[in-house]
Amino acid sequence: MITEPIGAAVRRGGGVARVTGDQQFIADIRLDRMLHVKLVHIDCGHARIVSIDTSAAQAARGVVGVFTAADLPSPMPRFGPVYSDRPILAIGATKYHGQPVGAVVAETKEAAEAAAELIRVEHEVLPGVYSIEAALDPKSPLVQEPDLRPDDPRRDTNVLNELHFGWGDVDHAKADIVVDNVYEFPMVTHFAIEPHAFIAAPEDDGVVVWTPTQNPFQMQRIIAQVLGLPVAKVRVRAPDPGGAFGGKQHPKYEPLVALLALRTGRPVRLLLTLEETFQEVRRTSCRIRARTGFQSDGTISFQDIESDFLMGAYADIAERVIAKSNYLACGPYRVPAARVVVRALFSHTTPSTAFRGFGTPQVSWAHESQLDDAAWRSGIDRVEIRLRNLARKGEPFVPGDTPADGDWAESVRKAADAIGWGTPLAKGRGRGLAVAVKASATTGASYSIVRLHWDGSATVLAGTSDMGQGARTVLAQVAAHELGIPVEWVSVVMGDTAAVPFDLQTSASRSTVFMGQAVADACHDIKAQLEQMASELGLEAGVSLVEVLRARFGEVRGEVIGVGSKRSEHLADHPLGGAPSFYEFSCSASEVEVDEGTGDILLVRHVTVADVGKALNPQHVAMQDEGAAVMGLGHTLMEHIVLDDAGRIRNLGALDYRIPTTKDLPLEMHSMTVENADGPGPYGSKGAGEGGLMATAPAVASAVTEATGVVIRDLPLTPERVWTEIQRSRGKDGPTS
Amino acid sequence: MRIHVTVNGSEHDVETEANMTLLDFLRDGLRLTGTKECCAVGECGACTVLVDGRAVNSCLMLTAESDGGEVTTIEGLAAGGKLSVLQDAFLASGAVQCGFCIPGQVVAAHHLLARNPHPTLDEVKEGLSGNLCRCGGYMQICAAVVAAGRANR
Repeated sequence: MITEPIGAAVRRGGGVARVTGDQQFIADIRLDRMLHVKLVHIDCGHARIVSIDTSAAQAARGVVGVFTAADLPSPMPRFGPVYSDRPILAIGATKYHGQPVGAVVAETKEAAEAAAELIRVEHEVLPGVYSIEAALDPKSPLVQEPDLRPDDPRRDTNVLNELHFGWGDVDHAKADIVVDNVYEFPMVTHFAIEPHAFIAAPEDDGVVVWTPTQNPFQMQRIIAQVLGLPVAKVRVRAPDPGGAFGGKQHPKYEPLVALLALRTGRPVRLLLTLEETFQEVRRTSCRIRARTGFQSDGTISFQDIESDFLMGAYADIAERVIAKSNYLACGPYRVPAARVVVRALFSHTTPSTAFRGFGTPQVSWAHESQLDDAAWRSGIDRVEIRLRNLARKGEPFVPGDTPADGDWAESVRKAADAIGWGTPLAKGRGRGLAVAVKASATTGASYSIVRLHWDGSATVLAGTSDMGQGARTVLAQVAAHELGIPVEWVSVVMGDTAAVPFDLQTSASRSTVFMGQAVADACHDIKAQLEQMASELGLEAGVSLVEVLRARFGEVRGEVIGVGSKRSEHLADHPLGGAPSFYEFSCSASEVEVDEGTGDILLVRHVTVADVGKALNPQHVAMQDEGAAVMGLGHTLMEHIVLDDAGRIRNLGALDYRIPTTKDLPLEMHSMTVENADGPGPYGSKGAGEGGLMATAPAVASAVTEATGVVIRDLPLTPERVWTEIQRSRGKDGPTS
Repeated sequence: MRIHVTVNGSEHDVETEANMTLLDFLRDGLRLTGTKECCAVGECGACTVLVDGRAVNSCLMLTAESDGGEVTTIEGLAAGGKLSVLQDAFLASGAVQCGFCIPGQVVAAHHLLARNPHPTLDEVKEGLSGNLCRCGGYMQICAAVVAAGRANR
């Protein structure tokens, strides 16, 4: 008897290697004759490079080569997931703190590090754009060279794009209550525990690059483009990343290491320090001005939102982050009139990129705090005001687009019950509840090949990256269910463009839905072939799969190969290029106790509810959702990158940039799901894994407001900030004001 | 300088640079790559190993300081290729996500259980507070350690 794998807490594929230390991350891989790379930086943000003296480094022991912009092809190859704007190494100027101006290649890590210290970079520190104000100031220097976008009317500004979304007539919408506030969301960094790491080696007449990427096929395409090679001559090997969270989604130093491998003719390895990783990726910071109109009964009459999102020096995927999140800037609500204007701004800072939630934590911080403000003013309960406005299942809350695909009120009621909404509160405590909705994957394609072996076991080939979310396990469960074999008989091969078929990427919580369907589709292909074989062999109906295989293949043996795919095509007239396949809806609720003497917030209880359609592996859903909530507590309570006047990151590294530890956990934490089998993925599933952090900040902040009476609209809610606001509200001066 | 150190029961008589960290010695010298490097400043716990029964951040310890000592790494915990009760509890509880911090967590938890065989949840939170997990799997990690403690009764 085979245990049904769908809906079971099947143990993580690859789990044993992870608890024994056998799991091989990039830094654990050794190649013969491997060289070591150290990047060369200067200690400021925006600077003009006057000259680079590499002579001492070139002569140092163990050095094989020193490379600067002058040693790379001219014109300098530029790349990026959307805009090809990022040079392989800084050319003429550095545009952010930590942008590499050179790379030393040496026989040992120590030799590379020592030689990097010998390089003299004469430079002139230039005024930089380090804030939203500076990016909008016409007197500020331009971050991007205008000739990189010669046909863009905004080429002489620091605005990459200004996006407009909306419907209805905001200017004539009637409202009894209008709340008008400004919200800030800081720069935060991914802080995957595995610092980013890369290896490249010449292979035949091409190159192989090892990178812990979420996106092996985009990496392959971009490396091929930079090196001028056919895609088939670039092999990307992507061992499971040691945490990614969006930070390992798009190319950073892969083109550089590929080029160095070809130049030196040997394998090269670049291991970034955690500090260098901080300088490589971050979340897009923003300021959101939200004006929201309500009727006296709490129903929303309009939302009028104008935002500035501060990208870094290169676009990376940030414009897409901004577009996708602001497309749903009004939240999961029924809004008769909406106007959303958002600017994507360049700055002389670390290029911001995808980060779990993809802009949703930023926009929900505003729309949820606005609902609370209206609730406080009108005396309507904060849960009730949400229930009155939430789009009902089937309702097109963005006109003309994918309708609400879940019973979102059910999630809210479940969270409210679990947090004890409406029950008496102890002194000094407060509760908050908030929701968020993310537009999932729009366009995209996933392919899978499933090989059913002669003994009835199966190998699944999938281009998904298992970066901790457990895709390997869930895809095995899908294959086992479809083929009717034990999940222990299924192996999943991932992370090698030479072995697995194309997948768009591992992002947007898309893999269960897209790759899950591709795997199921491949299994259906196999089953159709088996039925055909059984009928040709004259076998009785209901004969087992293994018997069909034995009868068909005999002593010569063989296998049945199934091919599956799931595609969602590009829609040119859609603002996002395609309609969301599903929405990731999440509700968070929190009970806090605030120490008014210190401003310290104690999380007494924290609850998350994820509408996942169907939890294929409930244990994996819980660990993803609770993990996301813990990560969300980081940007809510403690995390923010601090820049100085020269654009330097002042809290670079683990000593000065704190992320949640076991000591920061809520005293109680519960994650729950809503499962109505209403998603487009296998068995009615939807994506999961980002939701838990999307509404953390507004839920906690709302609880702090109930506990203390103060409203805070800037994150993080550090003790200093909370204490200062409490003092101010009590009519006392804060420490510095 | 020449040192003598026992690692996971194997004795090593080796020449080491005076400034080589124990982490680099384990990873580069002995190719025991289960011990991970993240912050390199003693904050994240990914490089936790046991030296003479004490849990240490191997990035902050010089190899020379382990002279004459006994080092246990993650590779030394699964005796005879069989998972320990603790390792199995990590898998059963769903404590393992990306896995990069897990060797450090398991070694730190092993050390905690050696001192306090049946810890409470609060004691586990205190004992593992030096081990960062960005996947945020702390609830499951702590539950695994508590469960392993119960199973040891």
